[in-house]
Amino acid sequence: MKGLVTALGCGLLFGVGLCLSGMTDPANIIAFLDVSGKWSPNLAGVMLGAIAVHATWLRLTARSADGTAATGVLPASGKRLDGALVGGAALFGVGWGVSGYCPGPALVALGSGAAGALVFVAAMAAGMVLREGRSAWTIKDSGRRSTSLP
Amino acid sequence: MLLAIFGGALIGLSASLYWSLNGRIAGISGILSGALLNRGSERWLRLSFLLGLVVSGVGFASFTNRVPAPTLPLLPLAFAGLLVGFGTRMGGGCTSGHGVCGLSRLSVRSLLAVLTFMVTGALTVFVLRHVLKLWVPS
Repeated sequence: MKGLVTALGCGLLFGVGLCLSGMTDPANIIAFLDVSGKWSPNLAGVMLGAIAVHATWLRLTARSADGTAATGVLPASGKRLDGALVGGAALFGVGWGVSGYCPGPALVALGSGAAGALVFVAAMAAGMVLREGRSAWTIKDSGRRSTSLP
Repeated sequence: MLLAIFGGALIGLSASLYWSLNGRIAGISGILSGALLNRGSERWLRLSFLLGLVVSGVGFASFTNRVPAPTLPLLPLAFAGLLVGFGTRMGGGCTSGHGVCGLSRLSVRSLLAVLTFMVTGALTVFVLRHVLKLWVPS
């Protein structure tokens, strides 16, 4: 139960961060990707702020030896550089460039109640099911992902 | 720009708390596909996170203009959504999982993914906006 509350809070905080930074407006994303037009560096600023905080946090909690703050380990990283990683990221980038939405902002946009946001999220969910549906249905324990870690 | 960095810091804090309190990586595409496809108690954890995201959207859409409705027609939106969903699962992450969480722990996989989707994203915008002149600036 406590886990559900903290997860809800983290989702809220994540969404507030996206909204405040302007990442929920597709025009801002397109402006960042439009390197030959009127380029906007805002998305880079968001990434910078997020990585600065998260990287620092990971270093600090990983060092806490008593293990009360955290497990003292960093999240596992995959090592394999393969076609699925590059091909998947490439496809994602095309969808991102067309719409100005990545998964987080798209879910926040659901809150606007706009039909377009609903259509995008429904199609995104369909794409996910299409990619890993068959194998994932059979996985009993949901604690693990069926595919590779980020 | 300061607001962008501050908003980003909140995202970083959220990812940090989710890791420390829930022991999980705050990659939105992974959370969504897990909520869709994996059963068990973890599903409720993921649904809670997603609920928080949507609720923040309801709040900001009601009282600010920061969550505008999409201006693109439905068909290209659906096409883009399909690519984003399929691509993020094939590549194992999106802007949050690879971009924020992965780069924060210096993952080489994530760096390669981020460079790739930034390049194809920029190319897509270039073609749509400057070659085909379809994406009209809003």
